[in-house]
Amino acid sequence: MATDRVPDHLKPNLAPLSLYVPEPKFRPGDAVDFTQVPIPPAGQARRPDPADAADSFIDLAFDLVRVLDDEGQAVGPWNPRLSPDTLRAMLRSMALVRAFDERMFRAQRQGKTSFYMKCTGEEAVSVAAAHALDYEDMCFPSYRQQGLLIARGWSMVDMMNQIYSNTADRLQGKQLPIMYSVKEAGFFSISGNLTTQYPQAVGWAMASAAKGDTRIAATWCGDGSTAEGDFHSACTFASVYRAPVIFNVVNNQWAISSFSGFAGAESTTFAARAVGYGIAGLRVDGNDALAVYAATLWAAERARTNQGPTLIEHFTYRAEGHSTSDDPGQYRSAGEPTAWPLGDPIKRLKDHLVALGEWDDERHAAQDKELAEQVKAAQKQAETNGVLGHGLHQPLDTLFDGVFEEMPWHLREQQAQMIAEETASGRPWARK
Amino acid sequence: MSDPESEPSTRMNMIQAINSAMDVMMGRDPDVIVMGEDVGYFGGVFRATAGLQSKYGKTRVFDTPISECGIIGVAVGMGAYGLRPVPEIQFADYIYPALDQLVSEAARLRYRSAGEFTAPITVRSPFGGGIFGGQTHSQSPEGIFTHISGVKTVIPSTPYDAKGLLIAAIEDNDPTIFFEPKRIYNGPFDGHWDKPTQNWSQHPAGEVPTGYYKIELGKAKVVRPGEALTVLVYGTMVHVALAVMEEAGVDAEVIDLRTLVPLDIETIEASVKKTGRCMIVHEATRTSGFGAELSALVQERCFYHLEAPIERVTGFDTPYPHSLEWAYFPGPVRIGEALKKIMKDA
Repeated sequence: MATDRVPDHLKPNLAPLSLYVPEPKFRPGDAVDFTQVPIPPAGQARRPDPADAADSFIDLAFDLVRVLDDEGQAVGPWNPRLSPDTLRAMLRSMALVRAFDERMFRAQRQGKTSFYMKCTGEEAVSVAAAHALDYEDMCFPSYRQQGLLIARGWSMVDMMNQIYSNTADRLQGKQLPIMYSVKEAGFFSISGNLTTQYPQAVGWAMASAAKGDTRIAATWCGDGSTAEGDFHSACTFASVYRAPVIFNVVNNQWAISSFSGFAGAESTTFAARAVGYGIAGLRVDGNDALAVYAATLWAAERARTNQGPTLIEHFTYRAEGHSTSDDPGQYRSAGEPTAWPLGDPIKRLKDHLVALGEWDDERHAAQDKELAEQVKAAQKQAETNGVLGHGLHQPLDTLFDGVFEEMPWHLREQQAQMIAEETASGRPWARK
Repeated sequence: MSDPESEPSTRMNMIQAINSAMDVMMGRDPDVIVMGEDVGYFGGVFRATAGLQSKYGKTRVFDTPISECGIIGVAVGMGAYGLRPVPEIQFADYIYPALDQLVSEAARLRYRSAGEFTAPITVRSPFGGGIFGGQTHSQSPEGIFTHISGVKTVIPSTPYDAKGLLIAAIEDNDPTIFFEPKRIYNGPFDGHWDKPTQNWSQHPAGEVPTGYYKIELGKAKVVRPGEALTVLVYGTMVHVALAVMEEAGVDAEVIDLRTLVPLDIETIEASVKKTGRCMIVHEATRTSGFGAELSALVQERCFYHLEAPIERVTGFDTPYPHSLEWAYFPGPVRIGEALKKIMKDA
C-alpha cells in the first residue's frame, strides 16, 4: 500500500511531540518589563468612515486606537473633540467609581458583605462608553461595569443596598453582591456565568431592529471569557442578522489567575476575532477615555444605521485582584500595575484637562475629597437599611418569591414547611 | 377562556395542531416570534412551522445558525426586550449546548432580578424515540428540565392537547420547555411497532378547534377512569399504556400528566388513594428519571393506601439504541410484566 508516512527508520530523527502550555511573562518576585508590549503612538490609527465595509479596515483589529498622548494632548482622527464640561463629567464619574470601589472593598473587609469586585484601572472602559451611548441604549454588562451605573447617574445608595442585601435591596437579597439589575437605567441583570449576556444582547438588538426601534444594545465581557461558546454564538448571530450591537471585550490581561494567553492572546488580538465573523473590529487603548468614547460613538453610529455589530477590544489592565476572594500577589508580579505602559485612565484624563487649562491639581484634590464624602454619606445611608449577616433583612418566606410568576403548589408546600420548621426551632430570626 | 366546543374545528394531526397554535398566537400577539434551525422558508424538518414565514414575514419567523446556545441566548435577550419568542430546538437531543442559557439564564432571570426581567419563552422540541432515530434523535431528557427550578415542562399526547397546551405555554410569562412526542406526530401509537400505524383522523382528540383555546398548565387528564390501579404517564406512552390496559382487560385509571412541572398532584393523589396501586411509565432512562420523583411523591402522600409496591416502567439506562430500538422501548411486554407484578395479590 502506497503511503506518504514518515518511514519508521527516520522517526528517531524527529523531535518528540511537545505540548505547549502558555506561561505569563512575570510571576511573583519577577522584575516587570513591558517594553515588549507594542504601543503605537497616539493619533496614528486611521479612522474609517462609519459607513465603510467591515473588511476594509481589518488592520484596525491589530492596531491600537489612541487619542491621548503622553503630553496630555488629544490627537489624531479619533479625537472626539469633547467639550471641557463633558470631559470633566467623565473624569468625575471615573473618580467616583474609584472612590465607590475603595469604600465597598473596605466594607467587605469589615465584614459588612460577602463579596466585592473593583474595576480599578478599567474605569474609562465603562464610564466613557456610558457617555457615548444614549441613555435608552441597553447595556448587558459583565460584573466589572459598575461604571455604567455610576456614569448614568444611578443611585449609589441603591447599589450599596444591593451589595449589603439589606431591607432596601431592590433584588431582595436574591443575588450575589454587585450582580446589579437596573432596568430603569438600561442595565441588564448581571449573571455570574460568563458571557451568557453576549447572545442575550444580540437578541435584544435583533428585537429592537425587528420592531423598527432606534435603540441599540451594548455588551461587555473579559478577555478570558471570549473563550466561552456563548461569545462565538453571539458573534455568529450578530454577523448573520447584522444586529445593532456593540461587543466590548475588556482585555484586562487577567482572568482571575490566568493570563490572557489562556484565551489565545499569544496568537492574535481579541479584536481580530471580529475578522473571522466579518464584523467591524477595533482595538482601543482602554485606559484612554477619549479613545473609548470615540470608538463607542463610531460603533454606535454603525449600529444605528443598520451596518451591524462592532467588536471593540479595550486593551487595559486589571490593577487589582479579580475580587475580594483572591490575592493577585500569589500569581503575578506586584510590579505589573504600576509598570503598565498605558498608565492610569483617571490620571490620563486629568492630565488632559490640565493641559487644556480646564482643570488643576487643587480642583482635582478637592473633587476627590468631595467624592469620598459623597460615597461615605451614601454608605451611611445604605447602612441604615442594614448590612449582610446582621439581622434578617428579607422575610423568610420571600425565599420562594419569583421562581415563577405564580407560585406552584410544590413551592408553597416547601415554603410552609420552612416556616413551620423555623418557628419550631426557635431560631432568633423566626421570631421577627 | 372561550368554549372550544362551540368553535369551528377540523381534523388535525399533532404537527398541524402545533402549527395552528403558533399561527393563532402570532395572529393575536405581534410580539410572538418563531425561530430555529430550518423553521423559516422550509417550515421545519417536521413541518411544524410550515407557512408561518410567508404569512407573518421573515422578521417574525426566521432560520437561525446551528447554535442552540445562540438560539436560546438570543431568545432570552428578545424576551428581555419584550418579545415572546418560541424557539425550536430541532431535536431534544440537540438541546444540551443550550443548557447554560436555559438553566442559568432563562430559568433564573425572574428570581435573580427580583422580577425586573423575565424570560417568557417557549422552547419547542421534538423528543422521544420509536422512529429509528438512533441515540441522537430519540432521547427523552425531560428529567433534566424538571430538576431545574424556574422552568415549566409540558408534554402533550394528542393534537387537541398539543394546541391548547402550546397556546397556554406561549402566553405564560415563565420559560416553558414544550417537548413534542414525535412518534405520535402523525397518529397515536399502541406500542405494537410491527402493526400498521394509525393516524389522528380516527381519534377523537384529532378533532381540533381552528381558533384560540388553551389548556391550563399544571392540569393532568384522566384519560381512562378505573378502580384497579393508577397509571401515571405522558407523551407517547399514554397511548401505549392505554392499549396495554385495554388488552389486559384491567380496570386501570390512566392519567396523562400533560405538565410535569407544575405537576397536578391532586389528581394523582386522589387516584392512587382510590386504587391503591400505582404504575409509572416513561420512555426516558430510569435512574433519576421523572418516574423517580413521581414514585417518591406517591410514596410520601399515599403510603398507607398502597397495596403493592410502586412499579416504574422505563427505558433502560443506556443510550437509545438504533437496531435494538424496540428492545429499549418500554412497550407492551415490559408494561405487561409490571402489570402482572402490581396486580399479583389483587
